[in-house]
Order: sequence, then C-alpha cells, then structure tokens
Amino acid sequence: MHRGKTRSIYLILEDGSVYDGFAFGGRGDARGEVVFTTSMNGYVESLSDPSYNGQMLVITHPLVGNYGVPKKLRRNGILTNFESDRIQVSGLVLEEITKGMEWNSEKSLEEWLEEENVPGIYGIDTRSLTLHLRENGSMAGIISDSKNPKGFEDYEKKNLVENVSVKKPVYYDNNGPTIAIVDYGLKEGILDCMYAMGYSIIRLPYNTTEKKLFSYDPSGIVLTNGPGNPLLLEKEVSTVAGIMEHDVPMLGICLGHQLISMAVGMNIRKMAFGHRAINKGVIDLASGRCMVTTHNHGYAVYGETPANIDVSHVSLDDRTIEGIRVKGKKVISVQFHPEARPGAGDGLQIFKEFDMMVKSGKKWGSKGSKK
Amino acid sequence: MGIKGIKKVMVVGSGGIKIAEAAEFDYSGSQALQALKDLGIKSVIFNPNVATVQTSYLLADSVYILPLTEEYVKRVILKEKPDGILAGFGGQTALNVCLALWNSGFLKENNVQFLGTKPEGIMNALGRADFHGLMKKRGIAVPSSTSVKSVEEGMHAVKKMGLPIMCRVSFNLGGRGSFIAHTMSEFERSIGRALAQSGTGEVLIEKYLGGWKELEYEVMRDTEGNASVIACLENIDPMGTHTGESVVVAPAQTLDNRIYQEMRSTAIRVAESIDLVGECNVQFALDPESYNSYVIETNPRMSRSSALASKVTGYPIAYIAAKLALGMKMHELKNEISSSTSAYFEPSLDYIAVKMPRWDSQKFEMAEESIGSEMKSIGEVMGIGRSLEEAMQKAVRMLDIGEHGIMSINESITSMKKEAALRALSIRNPYWFLYAAQAFRCGATQEEVEIATGINQFFLGKIKGIVDAYMDFLGSSKTQRESMRAHMLKLGFSEKQLGLKRETQKAKHIDTLAGEWPSDANYMYLTHNGAETEIKKSKDSSNSVLVLGAGCFRIGVSVEFDYATTMVGMAAKRLGKNVAMLNCNPETVSTDWNRSEMLFFDQVGTESVLSVSRNTGIKDIVLFTAGQIGNNIAAELHDSGVNMLGSSHKAIELAENRESFSRIVNQLGIEEPEWTTVARIEDAVAFAYSIGFPVLVRPSFVLSGSSMGIAHDENELRKRIEGIEKRYTHKPVIISKYIENAEEADLDCAADGKAAIGIPLFHVEEAGVHSGDSTMQVFPSDSVQSRNRKKVLKRMQDIAILLVKRLSIRGPFNLQFAIKNNVPYVIELNLRASRSMPFSSKAAGIELMDYAMMGSGSSFRWRGFYSPNIRCYGVKSPQFSWAQLKGAYPVLGAEMHSTGEVASFDKSLEAALLKSWISAQPNRVPANGVLLYGMKSHADSIGHNLRRNLGIELYTVEDGMGEGISRISDEEAIEAIKSKRIDAVFTEGNKPSIDYDIRRTCVDYNVPLILNSQLGFALSSSFGSKTEASELKSYW
Repeated sequence: MHRGKTRSIYLILEDGSVYDGFAFGGRGDARGEVVFTTSMNGYVESLSDPSYNGQMLVITHPLVGNYGVPKKLRRNGILTNFESDRIQVSGLVLEEITKGMEWNSEKSLEEWLEEENVPGIYGIDTRSLTLHLRENGSMAGIISDSKNPKGFEDYEKKNLVENVSVKKPVYYDNNGPTIAIVDYGLKEGILDCMYAMGYSIIRLPYNTTEKKLFSYDPSGIVLTNGPGNPLLLEKEVSTVAGIMEHDVPMLGICLGHQLISMAVGMNIRKMAFGHRAINKGVIDLASGRCMVTTHNHGYAVYGETPANIDVSHVSLDDRTIEGIRVKGKKVISVQFHPEARPGAGDGLQIFKEFDMMVKSGKKWGSKGSKK
Repeated sequence: MGIKGIKKVMVVGSGGIKIAEAAEFDYSGSQALQALKDLGIKSVIFNPNVATVQTSYLLADSVYILPLTEEYVKRVILKEKPDGILAGFGGQTALNVCLALWNSGFLKENNVQFLGTKPEGIMNALGRADFHGLMKKRGIAVPSSTSVKSVEEGMHAVKKMGLPIMCRVSFNLGGRGSFIAHTMSEFERSIGRALAQSGTGEVLIEKYLGGWKELEYEVMRDTEGNASVIACLENIDPMGTHTGESVVVAPAQTLDNRIYQEMRSTAIRVAESIDLVGECNVQFALDPESYNSYVIETNPRMSRSSALASKVTGYPIAYIAAKLALGMKMHELKNEISSSTSAYFEPSLDYIAVKMPRWDSQKFEMAEESIGSEMKSIGEVMGIGRSLEEAMQKAVRMLDIGEHGIMSINESITSMKKEAALRALSIRNPYWFLYAAQAFRCGATQEEVEIATGINQFFLGKIKGIVDAYMDFLGSSKTQRESMRAHMLKLGFSEKQLGLKRETQKAKHIDTLAGEWPSDANYMYLTHNGAETEIKKSKDSSNSVLVLGAGCFRIGVSVEFDYATTMVGMAAKRLGKNVAMLNCNPETVSTDWNRSEMLFFDQVGTESVLSVSRNTGIKDIVLFTAGQIGNNIAAELHDSGVNMLGSSHKAIELAENRESFSRIVNQLGIEEPEWTTVARIEDAVAFAYSIGFPVLVRPSFVLSGSSMGIAHDENELRKRIEGIEKRYTHKPVIISKYIENAEEADLDCAADGKAAIGIPLFHVEEAGVHSGDSTMQVFPSDSVQSRNRKKVLKRMQDIAILLVKRLSIRGPFNLQFAIKNNVPYVIELNLRASRSMPFSSKAAGIELMDYAMMGSGSSFRWRGFYSPNIRCYGVKSPQFSWAQLKGAYPVLGAEMHSTGEVASFDKSLEAALLKSWISAQPNRVPANGVLLYGMKSHADSIGHNLRRNLGIELYTVEDGMGEGISRISDEEAIEAIKSKRIDAVFTEGNKPSIDYDIRRTCVDYNVPLILNSQLGFALSSSFGSKTEASELKSYW
C-alpha cells in the first residue's frame, strides 16, 4: 500500500458522483466510459485489449500489479502475452496498485502506465463504485485534479474502431490456406489461435471492401472484436451482409458477432453495464456442454430470432444470446471471446469448430455438422 | 434430472476431531444432508462424533452415532437399506471405510450405489503410484518419483534419485508419516514410520521441490463432464510445508493469466482422468522462476481446502457436489448466493482472504514444534479484508494467541535480535509471520527473510510495509498520528493497538461475483478499506440477535462450540428472532451463510461486535456460545452498551475469579477443596504443606487446563510453578487441595435465573484427569438405585440451584464436582456452553441450547431443578492426535491433550463404553496380545478380564506382575508393537524417562494406548459385550 508521496485526484462520473483517490501513471485528465471487469488477474491482457479503447477500466479485485508487466514477446510476428502493442484503456481505476515483480517482469504496472502516459487513480472503494455502475449503468467519467472538470464524452457516438484497426493489410505467412481477418480492433490472441491451426493470415483494415477482401481468395473469414457502439457501423454491416453471400466459412467474435447478427436482421441493445469478466458460464445448446468464457461487451444481440437463425449459445446467467448459426450457411458467431486472454481455454473449441468447417465445407444444419 | 430410484441416502461422517480431520467435515456433511433434504431424499447420517451439527435432527432423518468401522456401517446399511451412499463428505476416514465396503462387494450385494466419483477413480487418485502412472499416461507433468514398499526399496530409490527427497504416504490424511530428507540418515530415521502410516504399505519417494510455489485448485465436475474451478488458493508458505500448516491466500496473488489458466486447464484434466463427479482439489508445485509446474496430488472428496474455498468464495461446494453426485448437472443448479445466476461459473473475489493455522504444540511434552510436511495445527481462521495487510493482521488477531497483529507483543519475540529472528524463521517455528515482522523491525532485508523462509517477495514486501508503517507511527507525534490513522486502519492495525477511539467498520458482501449481481444472501465481512457500508439497518433490529461463535479451534475449543453456536441460532430463529452470526473459523457450520439471516465472517472481538451492532442496529448479543473468548470480552462489551443475553458479565466475573467464587460458595455452604492464590513460590510451598500434598497447580483464567498439573511433593510443586511463570507473566497461580481417588462428575445445565434443567455426567477416570480427556458416562435415570448415589445426585442438583439463584444464572452453565465419600465438592463453574453439552443433550433426548436460549429471555415452566428422564447408557471418549504430533509423549493428566471426542449409546454400560472407545482412532479391540505395566490399580483384574473376554496373550515389561504374563524387555515390546503382535498397551502415569519409546512406538504404529487404570478396568470388562446398532431416537 502506498503512502508518502501521493497526489490527490478525483474520478468524477457524469451523474455527479465524485470518488477521491490518489494519482499514478500518466499525467493530465483521462476521459472515457467507466466500466468494470471482475477478472482477478490478466491485467496486462485487459489493458492492452483494443475492445477497451475509449473506456476507463475499474478492476474489482482490490490488488492489481502483483506480478508486474513482462517484456513483449512475439511469435511469428504475433504478440503472445499482450493483446496489442499499447495500453488501450484511457484510464485505470483501482483500490490498490502494487509493485510486485516476478521472474519475467520487465517493469511495474505503474511504470507501464507512466511510459504510455495513461492516468490511473487508486485508493477507490472499487466495490462501491462497481455497485454504483451496476445500479445506474456504465457512464462517462473523468479522472482529474479538479472536482469540476468539463467535457464528458458521449461514448455511444464515438467511432472507436478507426482508432484501433490496422491501417494497411498485414500478411502472416504460415505456408497454409489463407484466412482473412477483418480487424475491428483485434486481440492478438485471435491471430495466435488461427496461426496455431496452420493458417496463413491476411489481416485487413475494418473498412476493407468485399471485393478487396475476396481478392485474397480466403479459405475462411474472421470478423474480430472491437470497441464501441456497433450501431455506428452501418457501412460495415452491409459489407458483412455482402461477404456472407459468398458462402466462405465465417467466424464472428464479439463485435464481429454483433455485425453478423445485424446483417441477418437481428437487433442490438446497449446493456446497462455490460459483461466484462472471465468467469461466465455459457452453454452450447446443440451439445449441452458448458464452458467458462471471457466476455467484454457493452452491447448485446437480442429480440426475436429470424427464421433462418439458430441461437447456438446462451449465457447461463441471464440467457443473453452468446452465439448464433445461420441455417444453410457456414457461419459461426459468438459474443464471447474464444481466444480468452485473459481467461479460460474452454472456448478454444470454437476455433476447432471453425477449422473443421473450413476443412469439411459443411454447412450449419446439414447432416453431421452437429456434435 | 438426477439418478432415478434414489429415495434414501446414507452420509458417512469423519469421526472424532483429530489433527487433519476437523469440523470442516461437519460442514460438508451438513451441506450434503441439506442437499438431500432439498431434493426430498431421505437421509441417514453415520458418525460417532456426537458433538457435530450433522448428528442432530436439524438436517438428517436418521442418526447413527456408532463406530466408523466396516462392521457397524454394514449393520446400519442392512437395517436402513439406503439406495446410495455418499462417501466423499467425511474425509479420508469415511472414504476408507466406504471403499472397503465397495471392494468387498458388500455395497453391490445390497444394492447401495456408490454415489459421486466412482471407486476406481478414487483409488487411482489416492494410490500414489497409480496416480503418477495415470498422469504420465495423460501427458500431465508430475515430479519424478518411485513407489516403494520396504525400507530396502526406499534406500535404493533414494540412492538412484539423489537427495533431498520428499516421501509421501498413500491413503492417509494430514501428511501423516510423510517427511523430507536431506541426508541418508534422515531418510533411515523416518522411512519405517512412513511405511507404517500408509494404508497400503506403499509410499512414494519424490524429487523434493522445496521453495516452489504451492497452489490448490478446487474443481467441480458433473456427470456430463461440465467442469469449472471454484477457487485457486495460493500457499504463502512454499512447497515443503503441509497446506494445513501453511498461511494461504485467496484468490491467488502472484500468478499471471497464462500460468493461472494453464494450471486451471490441467486441474480440469486431472478431474477428467479420475472421472470426477462432485469436487476435488488439485495441488500444484510451480517453479518460482519459470512456467514449469507439476501436479502433486488430488483429493477426490470434500477436504479442508474445499471447505475453505466455500467460505472464501461463498460458493457452497459441498452442497452443489452432493447434488452433482445425485446426477444433477451444474448448469441446472442455481448460484445459491445470487439465487438468479447459474451454479456453473467461476467465482470472482473483490476482497482478499487469508487463512492462518493455529498450533498448540507447546501443550505437548516433548513434541517437535517446527512445522513441515506433516500437519500439526489444530485449528484455523480466515481473515477477510480489502487489502492483504488487513486480511493478514485480522487473521493474526483471530488466532487468539495474545497478539494484536503481525507486530508481536510477546516479549520472547520482541526481545529477539535480527539473527535470532532469522534463525527462528529458518528452523520453521510456528507463526513465522511474527518472526518475519520482528526480523524486519531489526533491519533485515527482504532478501534475508526470503532466504530464511523461501517466501515470495511480494508477500514479504507487504509484511515489511506493515512494519515500516508501524515504526513510522510509533515515531510520530500525537497530531501526526491522527492524520495517519485512516491509513493505519487500512493496513489492518486494530484500534486498540493504535490507541485510537472506536471507528465503525464498513460491512461488505461476499457475493461470488464481485458485485456484478445483487446477492440475496447476507454473507458479509467488515473492513476499514471502504467508503460505503452495504447494510441497511434492520427494520426490527429490536427483534434481532447476534450470536457469537467461538473462533479458532484449539485444544479445549472445538466442534462442540460450533454446535452450540449453530443450535442457539436455530433456537433463536424458532423464537421468532432474526439471527445474525459472527465467527471467523472457516471449518464450521455456523459460518454457513445459509444458517442465518446475516453472517459476519469476522473476528470474535469487541471491535467487530460493536461494528456489527452499529451497522445493523442489533443490541442483543449471545456470548455464551463463544467459549472462553466470550467470557474474556464480556466486561468490555457490557461497558460499550450492548445487551448480553444470558448471565451478566458480573456473574461471569464472580464465577471466573477464584476468590469471589470461593466466597460465594462458602456463603452458600457448598463444599469445595481448600485452595489459595499465591504470587510467590514460598507461599505456595507453605500452603501445600499446610493442607498436605498432593496439590493441584494452575494459572488463573484459562480454558482446557493449560499448564494445570498435580504436584505430589515440594520439588514437583516448584517445577510446576516455574513452568507456569515461563508461559504466563503476571498471572497469579492457584494451588488447591487435590482430593485423591475422587470421582469426578459434571452437571450440564441451562437456567432462567431461578430454575434449571440439567444432566449429570460421571467420569470413568478419577478427578485429576482433565475433563476434556476423560471418559464420561450418562446413566439411565432408573438405574440410580443406591441411597448414597441418590443423595449425591440430589446434593449436586441443590448446589446448582443455589448457584443459579445467587448469581442469577441465565443460559447454559457447567458445574464440575469431585466426589469423595459421597460428598460432592465443587471444583469449577463455567457460565457458558460447555464441551460435553452436545453429548448430554443427545443422551437425554433434549437440547440444552434450546433451554439456554429460552432461559436467557423468558422463564421456565417449572421451579427448582428439572432432571430429564434418561433411558440409555451413554459414553463419551476422547479422541487424541498423538500420531500427528511427532515426538509428543502420550500422557493423561490435568492438562487437556485430546483434540476431539466420540460417543455411543446402548442398553448396557459395557456396550456403550466399548462402542465409544473403538470409535476413537486408532482404537481397536486387541486380537493378538496386550502389554500391561505400570498400573496404579486393577492390574490383576484387567489381566483376568482380558484373558477371559479375549483369550489373549499378555506381556509386561516390569517384574512381579504375576503368573501367565510374559515378562519381556523394552526392546522386545517395541518390536512386538511394530509387528502388531502386541496390539494394545495398558499403562498409566507420567514417566517419559521410563517408557517414552514404548508409548511413542504405539502411536506411531497406530496401536491403541490405554493410559488410566480405571479406564483400563472398565474397558477390559466391556470387551466381548453384545452391542446394538440402533438409531439415536430409539434411546429417547
């Protein structure tokens, strides 16, 4: 626990709530939608997850930083221990920041935030803050020296995908069939999983056209996770609808799942405070098997299911739609993160299913596509 | 859902509380019974541990308090005809009995399903060599090892593997017999005992991974293979220290995502490999310098760690596991805490929980104190906070070892220089954290302490931070201190330690989901690390009551107090009250949040009681369930304005203080042994000569006869007093007349201020043997025929009523007598629930705690003393843990040494005694030979009885024992004990210089020891008697 040289700062929420704490990390004000995760470790992965872009993250576990921050490791050009090459959250809200160092730590958490100039605040009763967000919903917040800062941002109106998507196509050669991955803010874990299955990867900017995409003659297409409001991505939804006509196997993850769902006519709603955790039970309705999965989403697919859609996975807690299949198509779409990072490996079977689909060419609903 | 055709299920308990098998199994068994009840399945509980909640009718339909042997379990199965048996809720003891019944084909023949994990899986998990083979086949890394069955094979294996090695024992508990050897001679010294302690004669010699991190994953899995990890516990002590001896933190603090998840996936694969149904723990060793990890072992049953994980997370592991064993699927079940989300998930914690063990090794003559691979601790506590420092310092206070926190106030520690503190750390003294803090206080670096302990720098840094803050605080002015106060409280210092005025702590929920979902269950803890409290003052706080638990188990405080706490809670509920509970012991039923409207998992102490009271508005407190802690804080609580139900603090003081109590006893014309308090040895000697030796010597204000002893002459008297002065500073010593060969008796009572209800108990052993270690008997009311006996009973009851009226006793109390020449002398009055009350209640078919609760609030419907009609003989026997306490000299005396108790009921005294005695481990009726020596009386009759009833060989190691008894040498006796040619030893007295080796060999080789001639005589008469296997209610 820190004492000694401390600087008092505040976390102010748009509903007027003020939380007193102490500063660490970068200088200046931080702005973003305040959301919480209940993941107890994996802060390196979470902070570098592009889906958190534009958000200030509250970690409910009171001690964060216990094992420091490791050196970035790459395998085949893919980061294996970070989800992107920088901190994506705009601010970090903690009960306590610790200075732990393990055998593979390169720096402390505090040093990492300083280096990347991301402000943090500690000394917050993160549990009461979490209960406040649970009861009142996620909302904009500012970390500031002032108790009355101005300029709460409307998170729902910001297109954050363009902040985080790759600017030019990147090719990861693996001497195998090519998978096109449309990067809406991808986590390196997705690349890692696809590469591990023997695929070469073409990683494409979020606004890549249908024509351009198919110019790579992909054996399969992955639509990745990403930050922000999917309702702002009308153009991308129509591109996805076009892609789906091609009958090339597709995998949608998180934001990618939401885009597929919108493309088939399903609705999206903003959740009160979202799902951000690594402990959530999801059931595969076809096999009856349960898995512990990683979630990071503030929006969800809901409403009537069109006739050509099967809900394949639901949350065991609140029956949120966690996955869909399109009848007669080769589409697997999941709201959770099969690549985990942070989180349990249970969801990796989604990648295996996708792999099988690419290799067998079987459509959903045809004989033998179910377990 | 579920398995068809299961209408009745038997749950097997773990027997008497012993080191490594404690009340955590009362908790898990009770949860299993609750699950059966909720599913509408009839339940049968089998457990000789009379003091458990599970053997009340709170949860079970039928209760059998019988020896946990194949014979008796079979008899009950034939009678009850259950459809299934739950073997995994009563520790290793229950599992071993049930596996034997499975292996013999008995269960199958009688159509009893072995529910939960199948026996094949269990045997694969528990046979060390089988388990290693299975892991290797599955590609799961285990340390290199060799299984051996003899000393020679062992030596060979060690030579091949190289030292140091770790030796692990199969089918055993508490690491008994296991050891670490750095040298060949260390190995030779311990391998024999290890082989003897193994259930299969097999031990595993394994590469020693000293200094590696140790982690435990708790895995749940259903019949369809759905699996999740409920908790990961990180041992702060590295590998080499038994997990029961380790300070444990949850959730794991020093693991990054990658290694955490790698081990999680492996843990689930281990569960798959044994086809787990229910719950298991998987233990890992992790290299602190890489991602290399090994699976060490798995326990496919409820365990200490599963109970701890339940309390840590709020996830009712045993309850859910029981339902899974009955065929339900995880996703069909609800998360009981949120009552809306699914039971299939992995709990997230937004607080830190620290478990600390409590040792009482200094109570045992010659016991090795240093901690290691065998479990010696006899209790544990769990501190919860929102900082690691707060959780740790709370846990230290909860241990009730006289410390305020990690900064010791014990002079023997605070006087240590750096080197001495570091030495204490490297020889593994119990409570290492106190020495670590002292070392830091003396300027040791984190590296130095790490070298001495092998403990991760992260944790040491936290301790050093506490020390630095405290030194800062001590060096600050009064005004500076005021500004530091909030910070110091956040670091877990107590208000008392800082000399601060009272500050109400915040109450926070434990909800399994880190606040993501609202929680229906009011499972809470208190913290200084919080801006907001989550509790609304109860609408009718005037109709609410706060019941205090007894905190940490220790010698003298065990499951009986948890029974009292739970039963009083239930009684209050029946009286229409809202019940809040406060306790800090994770191995209890009272800390099951399902048992009360509100559960505060926190220290049983003044600061927390007042915080709870201020948070909830509850003013009525039940203290008499809290053991000696309750009595110790009575005055303080009274002064703080809360209302104590039961006897007043004034009455407690009058009864506890020898002088005032004696004055009252004299005024009332009650007989008591002569006594005095002395401050100087010379006064003690003079007094002893004036009343005549022998005398009883003890410090004042202690429970369980700490340092109590009998002095037969001046020399012994001086030695005893010096011993007491060493352990307790500034406390007067009490010397009283020891009435030789007196019979000891108790009255377990409840009172309403005027009238009382009570049950008399008579000890087999003479007065002088601590009541906690003695064999107690209850007689049928109509069996008391002699005029003298009736007179004695009447006098005991009259004395009880005199005291009730004089002290306005309300609630439970226990009165102890020494009876000589038909005169009962009062020895002691305890104004609280006592150890024997679960036994006396169950013998009489009433519940004293119901009356205690009633009597503390209203009046009984009778006047004077009410004696419930008793229809059976009941005997309660002590359960010792000598085998686990390496080196300790087994002895019976004025200081308590037993860790638990067992009992049985029957139509004859002999049958009840026999069943009760064999219910305690490792007691068995001898079949080969008995060694008999050193008896003060009855030697001839015992020999005669043994020959007549058992037709058995008799041996002795002393001259002049009479005909037909073979005189052998000590060495021959020891060899015969090791080879079980002698399979029971009868002796008496305290003479380690003469028979240390014989007694020690007995306990190391699981051979029963009978240490009292009265007991020896009674027992020898009981061997061979016909016993019943009846349901408890049939005796009411």
